[in-house]
Amino acid sequence: MRDVAVIGIGLTKFGELWDKSFRQLITEAGSKAILDSGIEGKNIDAMYIGSMSSGRFIGQEHVGALVADASGFSHRHIPSTRVEGACASGSLAVREGFLSIASGMNDVVVVGGIEKMNDVAGATATETLAMAADQEWEAFFGATFPGLYAMIAMRHMYEHGTTKKQLAQVAVKNHKNGSLNPYAQYRQEITVEHVMNASPVAYPLGLFDCSPVTDGAASIVLCAADKAKKYTDKPVKIIGSGQASDTLALHARRDICTLDSTVYAAKMAYKKANITPKQIDVAEVHDCFTIAEICAIEDLGFVKKGEGGKAIENKITTLDGSLPVNTSGGLKSKGHPVGATGVAQIVEITKQLRGEADKRQVKNARIGLAHNVGGSGATCVVHILEAV
Amino acid sequence: MKDIGIISYGANIPRTRIKIENIASVWGKDGKTISKGLGINEKSVPSVDQDTATISVEAARAALNRCNINPKDIGAVYIGSESHPYAVKPTGTIVGEAIGATPDLMVADYEFACKAGTAAIQTCTALVKGDFIKYGLAIGADTAQAAPGDALEFSASAGGAAFIIGKENVIASINHTYSYTTDTPDFWRRAERKYPSHGGRFTGAPAYFKHVTSCAKNLMEKIGTKPKDYDYAIFHQPNGKFPVKAAKILGFTMEQIKQGLMVPFIGNTYSGASLVGLASVLDVAKPGNRVFLTSYGSGAGSDAFDITITDKIKDLARKKAPTVKQMIEDKEYIDYGKYAKITDILFWE
Repeated sequence: MRDVAVIGIGLTKFGELWDKSFRQLITEAGSKAILDSGIEGKNIDAMYIGSMSSGRFIGQEHVGALVADASGFSHRHIPSTRVEGACASGSLAVREGFLSIASGMNDVVVVGGIEKMNDVAGATATETLAMAADQEWEAFFGATFPGLYAMIAMRHMYEHGTTKKQLAQVAVKNHKNGSLNPYAQYRQEITVEHVMNASPVAYPLGLFDCSPVTDGAASIVLCAADKAKKYTDKPVKIIGSGQASDTLALHARRDICTLDSTVYAAKMAYKKANITPKQIDVAEVHDCFTIAEICAIEDLGFVKKGEGGKAIENKITTLDGSLPVNTSGGLKSKGHPVGATGVAQIVEITKQLRGEADKRQVKNARIGLAHNVGGSGATCVVHILEAV
Repeated sequence: MKDIGIISYGANIPRTRIKIENIASVWGKDGKTISKGLGINEKSVPSVDQDTATISVEAARAALNRCNINPKDIGAVYIGSESHPYAVKPTGTIVGEAIGATPDLMVADYEFACKAGTAAIQTCTALVKGDFIKYGLAIGADTAQAAPGDALEFSASAGGAAFIIGKENVIASINHTYSYTTDTPDFWRRAERKYPSHGGRFTGAPAYFKHVTSCAKNLMEKIGTKPKDYDYAIFHQPNGKFPVKAAKILGFTMEQIKQGLMVPFIGNTYSGASLVGLASVLDVAKPGNRVFLTSYGSGAGSDAFDITITDKIKDLARKKAPTVKQMIEDKEYIDYGKYAKITDILFWE
């Protein structure tokens, strides 16, 4: 297997982007990444696009070809593939791009992630997202993701003594980080009181425990590591990539407080990178709900099972903590355009490892991890990146 | 140029009310949170025998009671509403006949979501300015529809206001007016549909706020005024939050908008909303006061007006019709069951 490097990154502003179309968003992110990488169109061997539900959100499927076309590459007939794995679609696209280069098939691959979620009403967005749950066993009976993650939170509180205040502290930290990120959807700082007193969504989760509905796109350019220097002097190597699956329905899990897909994907990525969790300097984790970040830092091995809440309380994961998590603001503050999220996480980690994260820069960050979850944990993808 | 503007005005708000908490309890929602979130405590409900025609007639009669003109001198009636009782057959003819203004009369019904009433004022102003008519009657009135359980059910209400436009004895000069219009589908009701549809959060930033703030800003820039030049400002009020936020964005204070902010007490009267606010300002305005009005209609557009109150307001018999405040205070509560019956929710065939 060949080594693979990230040589270009691009991001659109995240938010309610009423005046930008799907095409505009993905081409904006893609062209930024291409310009950043130093490649030209003729160098691109393949494209992978992560999008969870463009069909339901904008009535458009077949977006692999659409993105190549909209990017002006139709005459080059580049292989362009859309990848879907619910909210993990973006990182699955990254992994497909990574594998295609590692295998020797391609040298330069452009990966995009996008979701345009605000063209439908809120209820339709919730319903569409719920299609990532088990339709027959969960969604059909009215379960939506806030409800499923609320069950995880309730059990976590019962088993491990996690508190609603600790959940709130996740949102507070992520908004603080997001306030330093010009691309974030919500840039205002919030307090624990804001979170604790917000409108209830599904107890114990309130409005501020939930990531928002977002429009946005992200893109990266991947290149065989031995050829990266041809295009850029700041490549970042992908030293580990892991992917795992689990039961689609939450109730069928061994333990609903643990996302086994995270445990297995992380194990695979750590093994490939030949490192331990202790060596991670910065991480972007999938905080679709505050409880999800607590589970993530446990399942990734940053802290022991059940100690996630305490770790948040003890500020281990703040920007100046020993392991900063979600420096971008996470899904909570930066926004969660589902198909774009996994790619946007790689963009943030790359920025951190290049030393380009400005006011939210983690000092001496050498190794970073990105963790992206589909559904309530039926799919998980973990990537580990290292500054070169 | 001679002064052209409002020579009299009148409003009408049905006295039936339902509390937002009552509606919320039916749907298993937290009424206090919804009330606080929307900035609406209760809303007016049209009784079984009230519709846009009756509200318009009442408001027009109130306007006529306050001034001394012969209804026969009214040369035009334009009524803006999204709840005209008939799809085909004008509300304006009913009103024209009821107040004795027929038959030498121009009539057409207007629809531009919640801003058709201010469009009617613009039309009447132009017809008076062009000497086609002596007086024009412009009305904005609605008995707004909302599907049971929809977010709109907490705000859609009933009411309206009428304004007689002319050149003599003008109490409020219309110095300038300007409109800002785009094709923005934020809220609509298709033909044959009983209830409207809306684009959720799309009705906010790209719709209401873009049009209201652009329209207001452009007019002030055109005529060289600043928010501080006005004693009163009125904005379309679909809920209690939007007009306050729009005012803040533009640089108006709560003090300036308070008198024209009726939505917390009566809900969103749609085509009547900003105009009932204007009527409330005219209830208390003094000579020399300057008033800024910006309406909003989904679809979408805004009309802005720069208005100056004249000395003639002292001669207007304002007491000959109830003030908006008096109509707000004269109320009778009903529960959701009765509300469902009189708003036709229970109708089936």
